[in-house]
Amino acid sequence: MLRFLRPASRFVSAAAARPVARSAFQLFPRVPAIIQSQGYATEGGVKDYTVRDALNEALAEELELNPKVFVLGEEVAQYNGAYKVTKGLLDRFGDKRVIDSPITESGFCGLTVGAALAGLHPVCEFMTFNFAMQAIDQIVNSAAKTHYMSGGIQPCNITFRGPNGFAAGVAAQHSQDYSAWYGSIPGLKVVTPWSAEDAKGLLKAAIRDPNPVCVLENELLYGQVFPMSEAAQKDDFVIPFGKAKIERAGKDLTIVTLSRCVGQSLVAAENIKKKYGVEVEVINLRSIKPLDVESIVKSVKKTHRLLCVESGFPAFGVGAEILALGMEYAFDYLDAPAQRITGAEVPTPYAQKLEDMSFPNESLIENYIAKMLRL
Amino acid sequence: MFSRTLRTSHVAAPLRNNAFSRTTLVKRTVTTDAATAHAEAVPAEDTKPFQVTLSDESFETYELDPPPYTLNTTKKELKQIYHDMVSVRRMEMAADRLYKEKKIRGFCHLSTGQEAVAVGIEHSLTKEDDVITAYRCHGFALMRGGTVKSIVGELLGRREGIAYGKGGSMHMFAKGFYGGNGIVGAQVPVGAGLAFAHKYKGNNNVTVALYGDGASNQGQVFEAFNMAKLWNLPVLFGCENNKYGMGTAANRSSALTDYYKRGQYMPGLKVNGMDVLAVKAAVQHGKEYTTAGNGPLVLEYVTYRYGGHSMSDPGTTYRTREEIQRMRSTQDPIAGLKQKLLEWNVTTEEELKRIDKDARAAVDAEVAEAEAMPPPDATPQNLYEDIYVRGSELPFMRGRTLEENYYY
Ligand SMILES: Cc1ncc(C[n+]2csc(CCOP(=O)(O)OP(=O)(O)O)c2C)c(N)n1
Ligand SMILES: [Mg+2]
Repeated sequence: MLRFLRPASRFVSAAAARPVARSAFQLFPRVPAIIQSQGYATEGGVKDYTVRDALNEALAEELELNPKVFVLGEEVAQYNGAYKVTKGLLDRFGDKRVIDSPITESGFCGLTVGAALAGLHPVCEFMTFNFAMQAIDQIVNSAAKTHYMSGGIQPCNITFRGPNGFAAGVAAQHSQDYSAWYGSIPGLKVVTPWSAEDAKGLLKAAIRDPNPVCVLENELLYGQVFPMSEAAQKDDFVIPFGKAKIERAGKDLTIVTLSRCVGQSLVAAENIKKKYGVEVEVINLRSIKPLDVESIVKSVKKTHRLLCVESGFPAFGVGAEILALGMEYAFDYLDAPAQRITGAEVPTPYAQKLEDMSFPNESLIENYIAKMLRL
Repeated sequence: MFSRTLRTSHVAAPLRNNAFSRTTLVKRTVTTDAATAHAEAVPAEDTKPFQVTLSDESFETYELDPPPYTLNTTKKELKQIYHDMVSVRRMEMAADRLYKEKKIRGFCHLSTGQEAVAVGIEHSLTKEDDVITAYRCHGFALMRGGTVKSIVGELLGRREGIAYGKGGSMHMFAKGFYGGNGIVGAQVPVGAGLAFAHKYKGNNNVTVALYGDGASNQGQVFEAFNMAKLWNLPVLFGCENNKYGMGTAANRSSALTDYYKRGQYMPGLKVNGMDVLAVKAAVQHGKEYTTAGNGPLVLEYVTYRYGGHSMSDPGTTYRTREEIQRMRSTQDPIAGLKQKLLEWNVTTEEELKRIDKDARAAVDAEVAEAEAMPPPDATPQNLYEDIYVRGSELPFMRGRTLEENYYY
């Protein structure tokens, strides 16, 4: 689609969304999964799910559907996951499929990459992505580049997942957003779920995708409750990569955001509406590689203002990328320079008040919207 | 089996052959029970040296002559050691309370049960030697010269905390103490680097580089081993084997749980880490050994953490309550030393009670002071200071928005 977009010029009408990855790559006949009911029934078959439950269900379904899928990581089995995302999986699928690894990220990441090269579909869990820095060479050099280096001979169907980004009160080494790092690597796909539906659909799509995919979750979202549609509760639910979701429609300003910042932006948008009656459109990117430039441009064409909200370091970050793309593809439609709200350029401090100053929050976003719209 | 492979290998060094016959003869096994230790002719004076004999279950060696099973000490020193362990425990108890009161944020890893390691190590080093460890660092920070007030202040995120509220529970630094590191295993090569600097500068000092049984499997630990041996660095690698890495028992993470043998080509020494005197004797010996140019050692301190991995882990899902109770009631390092001090007539029940009371009161007073200290003001200056060395900062750091940019 992108190749039809002309920089700073005409916008090409929406093409149909690409076919869902799974139909093309599904190698195994689907067996009906025993889906445990995880949430509370609400109207229309919609149920409340935490993001944690959604991820757990996605893993359980994919383990059920495809014997090539296995989960490996620190504390994923007997301890039920450091953040309980893999709860119950050992009991249900046994220790061949759900494997506790030693604390040796570079080693077990490399090992799962090898298993993927040999045709298995590993889900390699990092307790958090902070620790994946120990293994980033395996992710980038062994997983992401191999298909290309082999001239297309050697695929690597692997999913790297775990919490990423801001975590509360854990200081500099345990609270960092790696979206931009992975998002810059050709050969990787990178998704950043916010809601329970995002989490389930994107993780399942990641496991089914024949390429290496990083699923960048967020610890603070794990316990958040979201409605899950009936369709999303099914075991064939996947979310195609590269399609952003308009979480809130609006005409006055476009916020492009991801992960935890989606929720913050929605709160800010509601508040600003109450105060000033303006309508902010909030776009949840869902995946950052591929990135849905089309939806962004379409929205900017309507609102003429673009704000990116993300929580990574500002330099060379997701916000920088969104703004550059806005410049390249939507310059003609912008009434004012696009802006970004990011994490501050500082290692995460421990003390709460300082930490508060280091990451976006609802009121900062709200004030910035007001400023951009001169309210 | 592992040792046999080495024994018959042809890279034999004279040291090893000797050591081997000796260790096989000795046939001692380390337990965390220090019951058989004794001391005779304890002088009346507090500062007059005398000798204590360690339990014969204090050490096990790998390719190494065992350290002496005797330790020269004074009554004063023994009482100080006791005082220090009581202080560390009291401080950790305060942290436990403050965490439960929600005054400490994030992760908080306590060393309750493991006090003999930090205290024993400190009492065999000088301030010119170095220590580096992981996130379970409060006791080490205290022993290396941090004050209770500054350590607890850090836990509380106070401006006068040991790291000015920037580091929190996992990141504490002091002279000769290089943290306080959050990435499991990463501190081990860094520790080798500290030793490299000692050698480079011609210091006659040692670096103690600590890591857990879980951390021992990180590749970079072995990379550090290799360089340290290759370049004969004065480093004492030290595995604090508290039997678990989070919820994973040592034998579920490690192909060889004899952590002191993991240096393969490096001699090793397993120590009863619940006996502070054994720890002191081992590290003292290790320091002499490595500063004499004999190269690095791998120590294993066999110990036990009473609490969960961190405050959010109840610590009872992967081990039995009985196990914890048994360790607490029969192997406790503080109770163990106390019993010896009484048996040896180093001190009296009353004096120990007074030490207990004084140590606790001192800790409690400092904790109260720490609680009264203010957190850092929410100013950009406080936020952006110290990203770079003062005077060498970038012109500015970017804020969350352009308007928040901070210009130095
Ligand atoms: C590279 C890395 N991986 C994982 C973690 C998460 N983590 C923190 S502590 C820990 C267990 C470490 O156990 P051990 O080395 O035995 O030390 P102990 O906690 O018992 O002192 C894990 C897995 C981390 N901090 N860093
Ligand atoms: Mg351990």
